[in-house]
Amino acid sequence: MLSHLPVLQVIVPLMAAPLCLLIAKPKWVWLLAITASGLTFVLSCLLLQQVVAAGPLTYELGGWEAPWGIEYRIDYLNAFLLLIISAISTVVLFAAHTAIEKEIPSKRQTFFYVLYLLSLVGMLGIVSTGDAFNLFVFLEISSLSSYGLIALGKDRRALWAAYQYLIMGTIGATFILIGIGLMYQMTGTLNMEDLSMRLPEVAQTRSVFTAFAFIIVGVCLKLALFPLHLWLPNAYAYAPSIVTAYFSATATKVAIYVLIRFTFSVFGLSFSFTALPLQMIFLVLGLSGIFMASIAAIYQQNVKHIFAYSSIAHIGYMIIGYSISTVAGLTATLLHVFNHALMKSALFLALAAVIYRTGAVYLYQFQGLSQKMPLTMAAIVLAGLSLIGAPLTVGFVSKWYLLIALIERGWWPVAVLILLGNLLTVVYVWRVIEMAYFRPPLRQQPVDHSKQEAPYSLLLPVWILVAANIYFGIDTRLSIQVAELAAQSLFGVRQ
Amino acid sequence: MVVNKLGVAMDILMSAGLRIAGFYNYWVVISLMMTGFYIVISHGNLIKKIIGLSIFQTSVFIFYISMANVEGGSAPILNSEIVQYSNPLPHVLILTAIVVAIATTALALALVVRIKEAFGSVEEEEIQALVEKNKDAKAC
Repeated sequence: MLSHLPVLQVIVPLMAAPLCLLIAKPKWVWLLAITASGLTFVLSCLLLQQVVAAGPLTYELGGWEAPWGIEYRIDYLNAFLLLIISAISTVVLFAAHTAIEKEIPSKRQTFFYVLYLLSLVGMLGIVSTGDAFNLFVFLEISSLSSYGLIALGKDRRALWAAYQYLIMGTIGATFILIGIGLMYQMTGTLNMEDLSMRLPEVAQTRSVFTAFAFIIVGVCLKLALFPLHLWLPNAYAYAPSIVTAYFSATATKVAIYVLIRFTFSVFGLSFSFTALPLQMIFLVLGLSGIFMASIAAIYQQNVKHIFAYSSIAHIGYMIIGYSISTVAGLTATLLHVFNHALMKSALFLALAAVIYRTGAVYLYQFQGLSQKMPLTMAAIVLAGLSLIGAPLTVGFVSKWYLLIALIERGWWPVAVLILLGNLLTVVYVWRVIEMAYFRPPLRQQPVDHSKQEAPYSLLLPVWILVAANIYFGIDTRLSIQVAELAAQSLFGVRQ
Repeated sequence: MVVNKLGVAMDILMSAGLRIAGFYNYWVVISLMMTGFYIVISHGNLIKKIIGLSIFQTSVFIFYISMANVEGGSAPILNSEIVQYSNPLPHVLILTAIVVAIATTALALALVVRIKEAFGSVEEEEIQALVEKNKDAKAC
């Protein structure tokens, strides 16, 4: 049983998804989905424990030996990502039953859970597989189900956002497929570890350069790295709010993982950072992402748009940590992957609660909301502080590590620019808080204090996430230790 | 003298032609890829975009199948008379990718049907205009 852990991760939700279709009663389907997702969370905890105790795990699918068969390989990085994805997915699912009540018609609710579980399968599969082509297949499983999930949005613009995402996402995935094909052509293997051993022999050929370029661009499309981010704001804004909470915490993080895996493990550090001026490109794109997206966020009227643009800015922070290409920089990136998942899921889940109760998505509708929904708004404030990077929250920890990594590298100007960019975060978070706390409530709505707060089935998951924001901001042992271990093993400092 | 020079030029042209012809499949791949990509970018009609996307994906299928070819190799059917086989793995891989592409196309077409119902149009410009109008009307 224990030796099958790496693959059980993927199999449990994959089996649960069609079962959901058979059951077809939203309440029971919800319970089944939670059970499946909770089970993957338990499995990922076990995996992390095993990996930390005994080093990387491998699993041969169907008993075929590694370079021929598909291999699942879990090391620190994989285990860390698995934990983030399964944890967030489970917490978000707890809120799902209530949150989708008003947003998705009851006859479509079963499909929502099926798609949700399938996208979970895709993301967990991407993270656990050690086979390049298998990664592409899982990427498409998660992408296709996410197009479906976004299209479930109530607003008709959700359809348009899903279509745009589909076009961009398919181009990105096909680019990755071309890259994998070129790599296979040059080496005759698809296993990532085998690739990393065979690629250096042919590293100076044009095919390998082309493969590298295709994969980087394809992944950056999925990553929504500025300027390839155009699909993201609308997809996040018009998707059902529970879907936004889920994707903002997981989808782009998985793409970051793919980027790290391909550049560090498959192509190797020395090739990746010399074949293209990757450091410079990513540094510039990351910085411009932070500034452009933050400024765009300040001018948005839709609160979901504000935080969607903020996600793009935060991807900038992760990419800058990555572009430093030191152990400290990569640690900061991984830490921010973990922390950003916590803050964005908390924020979007709190927004889901607001939307559930009042239907408010525009900034002006937030006037005086702190009186009606004090607990929900307090959660937004705390998660917003975390987004800004106030001390005692997770946001502070990862930005602190990023700054230290930049200063160690001697990149002072970048550190200053990041601090400046962070001020913009203060502005857009403040706009929401000002509306909610310092404006009188809108007159046309009835003032009935007793019934305005969101139901507990929504508040509880929100506050679990907010508590995690604060807990991991104070007790950073788990997140920093694992992020450091992962970064060190990627740089080959530790095996 | 002149004839000789002409002969050399012809030789160079011939060898260049042969080199191009040798990569015939890959030329097809590249031209299909660029055609598809161009259609996706340039056309405003949602259905045409999907057609472009399909052409783009098909070019990748041809690419995988071309690289599986082994000179003089036969189809991978076990037979004692055959000594040289083509590489069957890319064929199998691309079967998976074809399934994925079909699923993508089907999903995209389904979305277009719903877009047509919701917006009454399949032209990007008209939909974009409606989206913008919606945004302005509700925000203030």
